[in-house]
Amino acid sequence: MKWAVLAAAVAAFLGLSAGDALAGRDLDQIRQRGVLRCGVQAPSNPGFGFPDAQGRWQGFNVEICRAIAITILGDPNRVEFIPVTTQSRFPALASGEVDILSNNSTWTLTRDSNVNRFNFPAIVFYDGQAMMVPRRLNVTSARQLNGATVCVQPGTTTELNLADYFRQHNMRFTPVVVADLDELRRAYDSGRCDVFTNDFAALAAQRTLLSRPQDHIILPERLSKEPLSPVIRQGDEELTNIVAWTVFALIDAEEMGITQANVDQIAATSTDPRVRRLLGVEGNMGESLGAARPDYARQIIRTFGNYGEIYDRWLGPNTPLNLERGMNRTWLQGGLLYAPPAR
Amino acid sequence: MAAAPALPGLAARLRAFVAACFAGPVNTLITLGCLGLLALFLPPFVNWALIEATWSGTAATCRAGNGACWAFVREKFWFSIFGLYPFEERWRPATMLVILVAMVVASTIRRFWNRWLLLAWAVAAPAMWILMQGGLFGLPYVQTRLWGGLAITGIIAVFGLALGYPLSILLALGRRSSLPLLRWFCTALIECIRGVPLISLLFMAAIMVPLFLPQGVTVDRLIRVLFAYTLFTAAYMAEVVRGGLQAIPRGQYEAADSLGLTYWQKMRLIILPQALTITIPAQVNTFIGLFKDTTLVVVIGVFDFFTTLRAALGDPNWLGFPTEAYVYAATVYFVLCFAMSRYSLALERRFRAGQR
Repeated sequence: MKWAVLAAAVAAFLGLSAGDALAGRDLDQIRQRGVLRCGVQAPSNPGFGFPDAQGRWQGFNVEICRAIAITILGDPNRVEFIPVTTQSRFPALASGEVDILSNNSTWTLTRDSNVNRFNFPAIVFYDGQAMMVPRRLNVTSARQLNGATVCVQPGTTTELNLADYFRQHNMRFTPVVVADLDELRRAYDSGRCDVFTNDFAALAAQRTLLSRPQDHIILPERLSKEPLSPVIRQGDEELTNIVAWTVFALIDAEEMGITQANVDQIAATSTDPRVRRLLGVEGNMGESLGAARPDYARQIIRTFGNYGEIYDRWLGPNTPLNLERGMNRTWLQGGLLYAPPAR
Repeated sequence: MAAAPALPGLAARLRAFVAACFAGPVNTLITLGCLGLLALFLPPFVNWALIEATWSGTAATCRAGNGACWAFVREKFWFSIFGLYPFEERWRPATMLVILVAMVVASTIRRFWNRWLLLAWAVAAPAMWILMQGGLFGLPYVQTRLWGGLAITGIIAVFGLALGYPLSILLALGRRSSLPLLRWFCTALIECIRGVPLISLLFMAAIMVPLFLPQGVTVDRLIRVLFAYTLFTAAYMAEVVRGGLQAIPRGQYEAADSLGLTYWQKMRLIILPQALTITIPAQVNTFIGLFKDTTLVVVIGVFDFFTTLRAALGDPNWLGFPTEAYVYAATVYFVLCFAMSRYSLALERRFRAGQR
């Protein structure tokens, strides 16, 4: 067993193939320990996970982990946040140092495959590479950018995606490459390039730092797909279910209009069987899932609100990041968030 | 020893300095060039850092101004000192830092160099650990992974260097030993550790080592990291010390032997005092380099001083003040490294006094 874990760690580190990995009961371990070990991005990720001035972790990904802790252990505070870097995140997960990663990891085939043996239970944020342009250019689509100069970080998939996109549409561009994101932003801000490209969430964060943020728009096209999901080790179906249905509960709640403010009132008065099942008023959804308490979803919503409320608290228009919901709206509003029925 | 000539007064030294700056056309040109550069860069910097700087308020206040945003550093100051350590318990790392600084300062004073100092360290080190970790005397338990900021930078640097230094002397002696097995072992250890980057050693210590330990045996992650850092320090310092050992003339070794001194007496009384003295500049050079290497512990998720500032840059309410954070970090590292450098100069002067 030990060797299998080691192999998985080495494999994750080197990106090589490993034999059988841990097929254990991660969930039992978490229950026994009484604490969920959640890997968050080090040093920090604006809005998604960052330590505040007193060293407490805050943000979108942090609340996702706390919500999962409610489902498993019945208490949002029974989480240990363990900072992991981009290099150490997968070895840390494979070696069992953390139970779950909640750090904006993109779901890809290689990571999900039998090579690396990770699981991505449910997408919590749809990101993708986007392009920002000054409003004065009167550009509304990326297809109008033929001949543009583009500010891009060198040696990243961002740069490759950019080249692919322009080639695919028979357009030409002149790259302006700067490795440091802050320097790159200054280059764009001073007009050295017409376009600034990065993943949407990061780009929106950079926009707030421009001298006149309102003078810039992010074009609707996405040059890549970056579905971000919590990550766990492959091999524990129960834990996979719990993570997935915790996220689904948040999405379902938004769809049904259940919020932090009205959850108790709705639980007491609603006659809608879907709502009653979700909130644990009737049926035994919590028990089937293996949650700590039958009304786990109600507890989560009472503590953090639904998906939209968590989004608005850390990423939405009232935050400095001011991320538009875009793809991350529920399917009823034209977005991609769609939870299977809780029944 | 002849009486040293009286030092010239400050005014005289200043006059001599100015005269030297303008002695000859080349010197004059260089001086004017330097003054020109200063005139170009200093006023804008002073203007940014002091005159137009914002000292308190929020990010909005800062963005309204033109100068540096020291309010940001002020907001994140305690975070940079304590990192992720539970905020309510912050008096503990604060006390620990005070003890650590007091012990380090005491250790630099030659009058205290005796057995009592070692004894004081033997008491202070576990006391600091217990204070930080708790679980005893009614102090709440705090995992080592939550230790952070300047406190953890201080712990790793001081203990890594303090433990690595004696080890490096043993390794250097071992590498020059006449016992083949010992020599090979020390050489192999030094070369293996020097041959890999510190990052991979830390990675091994943090993630791989637990997999090799027998079931049920766990060694705290910080201890493992300290162990890796200490070994790394020892391997690098050992080569500096070996340089010193080789620079001592053969006659010194032979003279010691002819006095009938044992190996350890010879080393302790004759060779090492000379070897360590002549390598002080190289030692401090290595020390300073290793001190700055402590920032690499971030790869295994330890929030050292520098990492706390990078984490602070990700606070959405304070986006966009990297310059201020880096200027603050640079200042702190500069002060600490410069102090080491000045101390080494003072030591050199003291030990060389008899040779002039």
